[in-house]
Amino acid sequence: MTINEIQDELIADFAFFEDWMEKYEYIIQLGKELPLIEESKKSDDLLIKGCQSRVWLLAEEKDGRIYFTADSDAIITKGLVSLMVKVLSGQLAEDIATADLYFIDKIGLKDHLSPTRANGLLAMVKQMRLFALALQAK
Amino acid sequence: MLYTKQKKVKVLTPYDIAAVRADFPLLRTTVNGKPLIYLDNGATTQKPRFVIDAIQQYYTLQNSNIHRGVHHLSQLATDAYEVTRNKLKDFIHAEHGHEIILTAGTTHSINLVSTCFGKAFVKEGDEVIISAMEHHSNIVPWQMMCEERGAKLKVVPIDDDGVLDMDAYARLLNDRVKLVSMTYVSNTLGTINPVQQIIQMAHENGSPVLLDAAQAVQHMAIDVQALDVDFLAFSGHKMYGPTGVGVLYGKEKWLNAMPPYQGGGDMIKDVTFEKTTYNDLPFKFEAGTPNIEAGICLGASIDYINQIGLDHIAEYEAELLHYALEALAEIEGIRFIGKARERSSVISFLIEGTHPYDVGVILDKLGIAVRTGHHCTQPLMDRFGIPGTVRASIAMYNTQEDIDGLVAGVKRAARMLL
Repeated sequence: MTINEIQDELIADFAFFEDWMEKYEYIIQLGKELPLIEESKKSDDLLIKGCQSRVWLLAEEKDGRIYFTADSDAIITKGLVSLMVKVLSGQLAEDIATADLYFIDKIGLKDHLSPTRANGLLAMVKQMRLFALALQAK
Repeated sequence: MLYTKQKKVKVLTPYDIAAVRADFPLLRTTVNGKPLIYLDNGATTQKPRFVIDAIQQYYTLQNSNIHRGVHHLSQLATDAYEVTRNKLKDFIHAEHGHEIILTAGTTHSINLVSTCFGKAFVKEGDEVIISAMEHHSNIVPWQMMCEERGAKLKVVPIDDDGVLDMDAYARLLNDRVKLVSMTYVSNTLGTINPVQQIIQMAHENGSPVLLDAAQAVQHMAIDVQALDVDFLAFSGHKMYGPTGVGVLYGKEKWLNAMPPYQGGGDMIKDVTFEKTTYNDLPFKFEAGTPNIEAGICLGASIDYINQIGLDHIAEYEAELLHYALEALAEIEGIRFIGKARERSSVISFLIEGTHPYDVGVILDKLGIAVRTGHHCTQPLMDRFGIPGTVRASIAMYNTQEDIDGLVAGVKRAARMLL
């Protein structure tokens, strides 16, 4: 599936939720299910510091595609991280670098990506794009 | 008409919480469709209608630059600004009005002292004492000054309850200590420090003391002369007043012995290209056009507090704090950070198995405003080995219903997160 196909699917999924609680329960559930980075690989190099919560991001390349695994110490951040990983992991570097991540706004979670939110999420998205750009440049 | 002539705040004795709440328009708002429960007062307080009206009246009736013009409006604004200085003098029981320096806030006040006191009195090998529970605003300015002057920063440790180790403090006092700077009330733990004893011990050692009173002035009466404190710093916006104004109280003898902070208008007596002579106190430390509106309207917030009475506020808040501590203690898995016997207004906690950020996000969805994170006290978080806390901080307008709402909200967050 392309990045936009995955985004559209997520938007459709979220349309089922009737209130914020169901939405957040789903995000929390996603957070709990996120494939974690192995503790042994979780070095400070992978750490993206937010003021409020911390995010670890690991990128691995296989046949021109980038695979992300990630983690956070806060579960809601982890759930949101998981959404980003769903959308961007396994995609081509050039698609990641230029992706328009419109789904965040559409599912009503835009404020989590604001620069003042300080949960490390925006920095993570930037980092994902940087990995992609670096790979393209190779 | 000046704001000082407007209708007086009604006198509330005994404490009429419904009337107090009615004075604060923003408390009636809704957040995410829920009535707002505002428990982030340690960060900033809401403003009473009395202060909001004063701000409007300043711009409709008085706006002009101060300390300069001979014209009518300038005189009006200058008088009103100086009236605030006088109210502040009475509010903290200073001896002289010129010992009140109007600054941009607590951070500005502390930076002023660290810079100017440092230049005048601190040299290589000297020491400055702070505590392990300080806000970054009472750590970093001293670090910067010490680094510049080759001095050392010494830190008084705290115990697991968040209480200062006074024996360790006594051991740190020696003839190299040029100044002690400590918080009156911890913004993260709520601990009220034994300031009388801290000051007395420092003075016996010949060291002056600065108290960071940002979390104290709005909750308890302070008498700088009775305390014999040398410097006191606090902010307007945490005491129901405007943002962008704060206070530095300093004993006349120290302020006179310190060089100016910034150069510019208002702080000079005579300027030639060869030599400038400086103005007298307090203007020596007030370079440039200040936040006139905020300065004047801080006077309105003091009037408001005085009308209700700090003693009444303190008594009411103490009861509410007690209620909150008992109610929160019922929550399964709660861990309080800060368990001092002497405490005020601030409650920090964690729920076992959850991250404070997650709890804060869910509480926000429920219309409950708390602070999460390290509260600008990272070394303190490291001391407890935690990433941050959830902090609820109360003010004169909070109610038992607010606390009940918080308890229910935290329980709900825990159910969702665990």
